[in-house]
Amino acid sequence: MHGEGFFYQAFVYLAAAVVAVPLAKRLGLGSVLGYLLAGVAIGPFGLELVGREGQDVMHFAEFGVVMMLFVVGLELEPALLWRLRTPILGLGGLQVVVTALVIAGLSLLLGLKWQEGLAVGMILALSSTAIALQTLNEKGLLKTVAGQSSFAVLLFQDIAVIPMLALFPLLATHAAAGAGHEAAASTTWVSHLPAWAQTLAVLGTVAGIVMIGHFLVRHLFRAVAKTRLRELFTAAALLLVIGIALLMTRVGLSPALGTFVAGVVLAGSEYRHELESDIDPFKGLLLGLFFIAVGASIDFRIVAAAPGQVFGLVAAIILVKIAVVLGLARAFKLSLDQSLIFAFALSQVGEFAFVLLSFSTQHGVLAGESAGALAAAVALTMALTPLLMLASERLLLPRVGTKEAPERDPDAIEEKNPVIIAGFGRFGQIVGRLLRANGIGVTVLEYDSDQVDIMRRFGHQVYFGDALRHDLLETAGAGHAKLLVLAIDEPEKRLEVVHTVKKHFPQLKILARASSRTDAYALMDAGVEHVYRETFGTSLRVGIDALRALGFRAHRAQRAAQAFQRHDEMALREMAEIRRAKDKDWFLAVRERASELERVLRNDLSEHREVRDDAWDNETLREDVRRGTFVVPDDQ
Amino acid sequence: MRRVLVLFAHPALEKSRVNRRLIEHARGDGVTFHDLYELYPDFDVDVGREQRLLTEHDVIVMHHPLYWYSVPALFKQWIDLVLEHGWAYGSGGEALRGKWLVNAITAGGGEAAYRPGGLNRHTLRQMLAPIEQTAWLCWMKFLPPYAVHGTHGLESEHVEQHAERYRRFLESLKDEGIDLEPLRAADYFAVPGGALDAR
Repeated sequence: MHGEGFFYQAFVYLAAAVVAVPLAKRLGLGSVLGYLLAGVAIGPFGLELVGREGQDVMHFAEFGVVMMLFVVGLELEPALLWRLRTPILGLGGLQVVVTALVIAGLSLLLGLKWQEGLAVGMILALSSTAIALQTLNEKGLLKTVAGQSSFAVLLFQDIAVIPMLALFPLLATHAAAGAGHEAAASTTWVSHLPAWAQTLAVLGTVAGIVMIGHFLVRHLFRAVAKTRLRELFTAAALLLVIGIALLMTRVGLSPALGTFVAGVVLAGSEYRHELESDIDPFKGLLLGLFFIAVGASIDFRIVAAAPGQVFGLVAAIILVKIAVVLGLARAFKLSLDQSLIFAFALSQVGEFAFVLLSFSTQHGVLAGESAGALAAAVALTMALTPLLMLASERLLLPRVGTKEAPERDPDAIEEKNPVIIAGFGRFGQIVGRLLRANGIGVTVLEYDSDQVDIMRRFGHQVYFGDALRHDLLETAGAGHAKLLVLAIDEPEKRLEVVHTVKKHFPQLKILARASSRTDAYALMDAGVEHVYRETFGTSLRVGIDALRALGFRAHRAQRAAQAFQRHDEMALREMAEIRRAKDKDWFLAVRERASELERVLRNDLSEHREVRDDAWDNETLREDVRRGTFVVPDDQ
Repeated sequence: MRRVLVLFAHPALEKSRVNRRLIEHARGDGVTFHDLYELYPDFDVDVGREQRLLTEHDVIVMHHPLYWYSVPALFKQWIDLVLEHGWAYGSGGEALRGKWLVNAITAGGGEAAYRPGGLNRHTLRQMLAPIEQTAWLCWMKFLPPYAVHGTHGLESEHVEQHAERYRRFLESLKDEGIDLEPLRAADYFAVPGGALDAR
């Protein structure tokens, strides 16, 4: 892969992504399905733009999963991970064991040997981290109970791969198909050691990663950050991830698990956001590439040769996987809607199955032809997941009633309040408290889960959720609420919410917080009538107090501020008009305004028409009386 | 048709069932309803706008509850700021010349209390002497007050009667066929056909 060949391939893959993904998004199918379909389209059974090397690309692109877990780890504080220990060990452990046993049992019924059945069961018990997490993330469900549970199970599966690889050679019944090609477990540094020493080495490596992350990496990043070369920081971040992945592979651990641990260790560090934003694009591209490769690798020859068998397999796998997870979820007291999301998210077989399948043919556990049919079925289950989740979201979940209830809050939002407040930081809180103090019901949406926790502790009814999602706004009652108070911190996010609301809930009146003048213009342009610059009120009050401190009477200072506010708000609207109309040079207008304001400031408030305050001024009356010109009305 | 401007001032309208009902009639053809406490909760009266509004109308109704024998605070602020020297009175100040001014008042006490021998020792019209004098100085023609007395004890069917009477009051202000001149001397504004049932 060098020279023109490489660029040709890159061109094909990128073009497929750029064409297919926006289309899939437009159709509401999500990016994962878009990538998969793109893969099918350019694959050997589509346009034949890429051939058999799809498999190689897939192995390469699997690194996206490794990066994904690093990023997931970065967002996961150790405390939260500790809270997840029950789902990881309980839910995860049971999911793997029960699914493997059920599938092994079914395989026996189909006439496979028990060793084969067990191997197939273990392979199919795994789910795809890439597909499940990416789909959940795209739907904004990662932080719901279903999302957290899916994550916990996937994490356990990553750990479970290690004993599986150790177990597989013991299940061999066929003649080994040839050793050493893939052989993830056989070329490690530790494979020649006795079991106890291997375990020690593995634990030591994990501990080493924790130590390195804790003590060494910070200094490294500090030194790199000092160079002020952004690309060097990116290089360092990539180096860290690749290094850990290599190390983990060498000791026979899943590289994804290693980078996940590193991510968790670095979650508390000051470089967290930097690392996240550096790794994120690589992660996204590689995952996309991975999904395309999966699509391209679906072997439609096998499917065409025995469609009944393959689709029967696909249906059976998906049914068993969904049934097991659904049962476990209900046993673990998840609500029905969360259980459904959880079960559908994990209904596919994971990418690691491809590795295990080739590994097991090499070790003579499975016959080549059954492995081929299984591989085709596995790829199909992956491709079907986004579709299944879509179907469940559209058809099943609405019938269950509650839609994805927010994190740690199994109740759906039942309040039907006239006011929705999006964002419950220092801004939204004051609005919310004032409204509640006056008996107005308020539904609060906040997407920072820490903030949600704190606010709940103070007795506020706050729902975790992202106001960007129109379905969540819907559950919050945007359909019949009168007002949306938009108090989110980030200006870009506020604008997005405005667009969503204008599109889906045009009747909802928006009162929006604005950070700056520019932000205020943007909001007005987006059609928001009520815009509030966040520091304006406070600044005015400081101005009043400053005037008073300089000897102004309180009422005069107050009137001056009122007049100033009126003038300034009028100017803001005028400027927004000019900006929108674009018939006047914007910069010219800004300069005019600025010089006008300066004039106002120089000449003292009383000189300016709009800021002048003649109230209670009796100078003209005195003059009138002094001159004897005062007119007395005749009797009317 | 005379153009009627209802300047309404009530700091707690949500607590006044009588006024809420009355002002339902204060909108529509030829009547401009102008809710001062709703427009200027911070007492920051827009003088230019108010003056423009006054010049556009022929009859000015000051509609308010009677607080300590006078207008609510914002109404006084409005008078202080809007009726400027040189505009409403004094040299060059004849913007309001010839316009009619009338108070529409709701009062908790009954009519009998507003008599020389009653609890309040003065008639309602006597209480409004400052307003009458203001009207005079501003070249306006003052009309006796339209009043709803005894609001504290009003039954709901009486509220309905008052609402109907208020509607006819506004009608008579609008209707140029009705000469207002003969009504000026009375203690109360005599609404044509507006006699109430005994209460």
